[in-house]
Amino acid sequence: MRLLPLIASAIVTTALVFTLNIQLKIGNAKAPKLGYFLSPQHGFWKNAEKIDANFDASIVANELQGNVDVYVDDRLVPHIYADHDQDAYFVQGYLHAKFRLWQMDFETRVASGRLSEIAGADKLPIDRMFRRLGMVYGAEKTEANINETNPTMKATVDAYTAGVNAYIKQLDPADLPFEFKLMNYAPEDWTPKKTYLFLMFMSYDLTGRSASVDLQMTNTRDYLGYDLFDKLYTNHQDSLDPIIPKGTVYEKPSIVPVKPLNADSAYLHKANSLSFNTVDMPEAPDKNNGSNNWAVAGSKTKSGRPILCSDPHLGLNLPSLWYEIQITTPTHSTYGASFPGSPAVIIGFNDSLAWGVTNAGRDVLDYYEIKFKDSSRNEYWFNGAWKATTKRTEVIKVKDSLDVVEDIAMTHWGPTMFDAHYQNTQSNGRNLAVQWTALTASTGVETFYLLNRAKNYDDYLHAISLWTCPGQNFVLATKSGDIAIKQQGSFVARWERQGDFIMPGEDTSFQWQGIIPTNENPMIKNPERGFVSSANQKSTDASYPYYLGAASAFPLYRGISVNMRLKNMSQITPEDMQSLQTDNYNVFAATARPALMKYIQVDKLSSDAKRMVNEMTNWDLYNSVNAKGITCFKIIWDSVEQAVWGDELSGSAIPLLKPDAYVLLDQMLKDTNWSIADDISTKDKVENLKDQVNLGVEKATEKLLALEKENKLAWALFKATRVLHLTKTPALSRLDLPIGGGVNIINATTENHGPSWRMVVHLTDEIEAYGLYPGGQSGNPGSPYYDTFVNYWAAGKYYRLLFLSKDKLKQSERTKWHMQFQKSNS
Amino acid sequence: MKFIISILLVALLTYAIGIYGNLPWWSFVITNLLIAVAIPQKPLMAFAAGAIGVGLLWAGLALGIDLANNHILSTKVATILPLKGSYSSLIILTALVGAILGGLASLTGSFVRAHKGA
Repeated sequence: MRLLPLIASAIVTTALVFTLNIQLKIGNAKAPKLGYFLSPQHGFWKNAEKIDANFDASIVANELQGNVDVYVDDRLVPHIYADHDQDAYFVQGYLHAKFRLWQMDFETRVASGRLSEIAGADKLPIDRMFRRLGMVYGAEKTEANINETNPTMKATVDAYTAGVNAYIKQLDPADLPFEFKLMNYAPEDWTPKKTYLFLMFMSYDLTGRSASVDLQMTNTRDYLGYDLFDKLYTNHQDSLDPIIPKGTVYEKPSIVPVKPLNADSAYLHKANSLSFNTVDMPEAPDKNNGSNNWAVAGSKTKSGRPILCSDPHLGLNLPSLWYEIQITTPTHSTYGASFPGSPAVIIGFNDSLAWGVTNAGRDVLDYYEIKFKDSSRNEYWFNGAWKATTKRTEVIKVKDSLDVVEDIAMTHWGPTMFDAHYQNTQSNGRNLAVQWTALTASTGVETFYLLNRAKNYDDYLHAISLWTCPGQNFVLATKSGDIAIKQQGSFVARWERQGDFIMPGEDTSFQWQGIIPTNENPMIKNPERGFVSSANQKSTDASYPYYLGAASAFPLYRGISVNMRLKNMSQITPEDMQSLQTDNYNVFAATARPALMKYIQVDKLSSDAKRMVNEMTNWDLYNSVNAKGITCFKIIWDSVEQAVWGDELSGSAIPLLKPDAYVLLDQMLKDTNWSIADDISTKDKVENLKDQVNLGVEKATEKLLALEKENKLAWALFKATRVLHLTKTPALSRLDLPIGGGVNIINATTENHGPSWRMVVHLTDEIEAYGLYPGGQSGNPGSPYYDTFVNYWAAGKYYRLLFLSKDKLKQSERTKWHMQFQKSNS
Repeated sequence: MKFIISILLVALLTYAIGIYGNLPWWSFVITNLLIAVAIPQKPLMAFAAGAIGVGLLWAGLALGIDLANNHILSTKVATILPLKGSYSSLIILTALVGAILGGLASLTGSFVRAHKGA
């Protein structure tokens, strides 16, 4: 009688369990398993951290050599005090995992082309690109190199790995980080390879733009012809203020790269070629990946002691790329920003000195065109003979689908990134091998390991001499009064324009002719002007004997701003340096606005256009939060650019590179009859710069009126800076932040990019340091420490960093919690 | 009395089995079913006891967590799910999911007993 209802009820119950236990789709993304996600004892509720959570802990780990004390301050920054170096790295790994495990997993998945495994076939393009670029290959080479040659670094990374895994091992499934539950997967054990993959990702982020730009440059050159290309993408930067002051005399180079005799025709295509079959990339690192750093000598400061500043500009993400930490052992005591995923402090200071980095921007990635014998890709033509390839098989697992296998032909140049199996509509099956310094075995984080322990200038010089990729400008200031900056990395000794475009790969003539010896890399110590600085501009003037790479890779104006300000400052205090790091002065507009005004015929403009031009001319040249003049300036400038070279670049089916702003500005200042100004689509008329500027203003006015209607003329509202969660989920991000700055500004904050770790270090006897990053120490979106620093960061404020000996830190009123790590229960 | 005892037992066992993070989140379906078999009630009453027991437990746990968290996470999740950022809606949804499944499990259990007895 009751059998039927029993069966019916059982079926409904089972069906409901089943439905609540599969990933349903919400919007475009896979949603969590709803029942699991909502269960207060399993799902996301478990990640809702008490706002007054207690972080005291006692942890037993057999891997330790001794006991370790960690004091955690009111900003959730851990201060590690260990008796053994390896123990400190074990604990660093443990803490990175405790607070940032999901991000560590996710970022290394991105780097190793394993996103499809958790997110499905949508992510195949990015996975395939990273596999074919050799990201895993590069990480394996570094790992092998360190395992063979460097027992100290091996032990360091091993200890770090053990720390991460100790945390994962004790993790209750109910306490998995929020995003694992949201995306429905589980963390894997950490491995040293993952650390090297993370570092490969940084190499990609900071030098991988060439993988796109070299193709775009080739496209653009083929589209325009070399001569027009060379005008629009000139390597001359009239207003350059290089890192190494102009007029510095360089020693005779040990390598003199020779341009092949046939380069003009076979490579630069000076005789306009019609070959038009290059490829485009799915994704490219941000052009604005850069940074500022500088150090001022005691002669310019109020205290008579140097001050060092560093603020790397990177994508702004939650959880942040950075994690603050203090590591104190008998060998060193260091504080700064670390990478979850890697041991040691990356940008910071110790009790003797401080260091910071900016990106060098040098071109260290080139494409060579390969001719395979046949479709098996087993042999390629080189120096008049068939040379064998080896095959590298990369298997990409895809969620809910079959594996995808990349069968990559490895040449002596490097992996064949593009071939018949990997191309897009423009590629025509062209075979392109990548040569990239990141794919030669690197020394991992040894440079940072040594900088953490460096006592003086010589230690610094030795530490950075080991650095290969990505090339950086390492700035230094010591308590003893030295300041220095050196551009270091494995840099190719290039002839002019070598590697700007795809190079012929059939013989040795276009190959790299050597790596510049480290002692010939640009550097300067204790200069007379009392400061050293870098802001990603070209490191030297033209008298440096090596080609630095295409000028478009080097932003011009931030460097001018920084140097102009530092030159005029004296009696500097750390507060002055903070206001310089957050300075919004627009040095580009300071030159470009009068140049525009020279051409604008105000009396001929419509009344709306007049109003917008007035807004621009009355602007104080600061990109501040409420300024409307900068929005008007930016839109007008962009429209003028479009009017000037939009006609030359339109009509191409493939994306071309946009010329840099300085190219147009230099011409406007020169007042010449620039042929590019003519709109080539109008046959009966020859336009000049004046025509194009006024046309640009009218076009800009339309856009500006639309913005005005939406009430988005104020700069911060227009720019809408956001710190995006790594999954780009808006609810987990911080949107529409009230912050000024922008491109060309020292406060280089753009839409989703900007100062990712602002640090000011005053090298007094007791180091006085300030800093913060736009994020929070906890990666958990359910923690009050998830985005703690964001508002402060947007407002341009700083935290005083606690850098104290163990005894003093224990007593500090800012110390809140104590984590004890013990070797065994005793 | 049976009704009250059932509710309390449901809530207690749901909570107890939920402590084991390695067991599936729906383990309470089994405990509810067993309780309904052990304490025979009319189907409607069994459903109500299961629903109220799990629903109230989940609502209470979620509410307690949410208050201690100052709604930081619930507001974000209620934007993702999408519930217009309302943490109250999210707590109600949580309770409803628990209640419906808990009720169905108990209902199924009640039919087992009724069948045997018939």
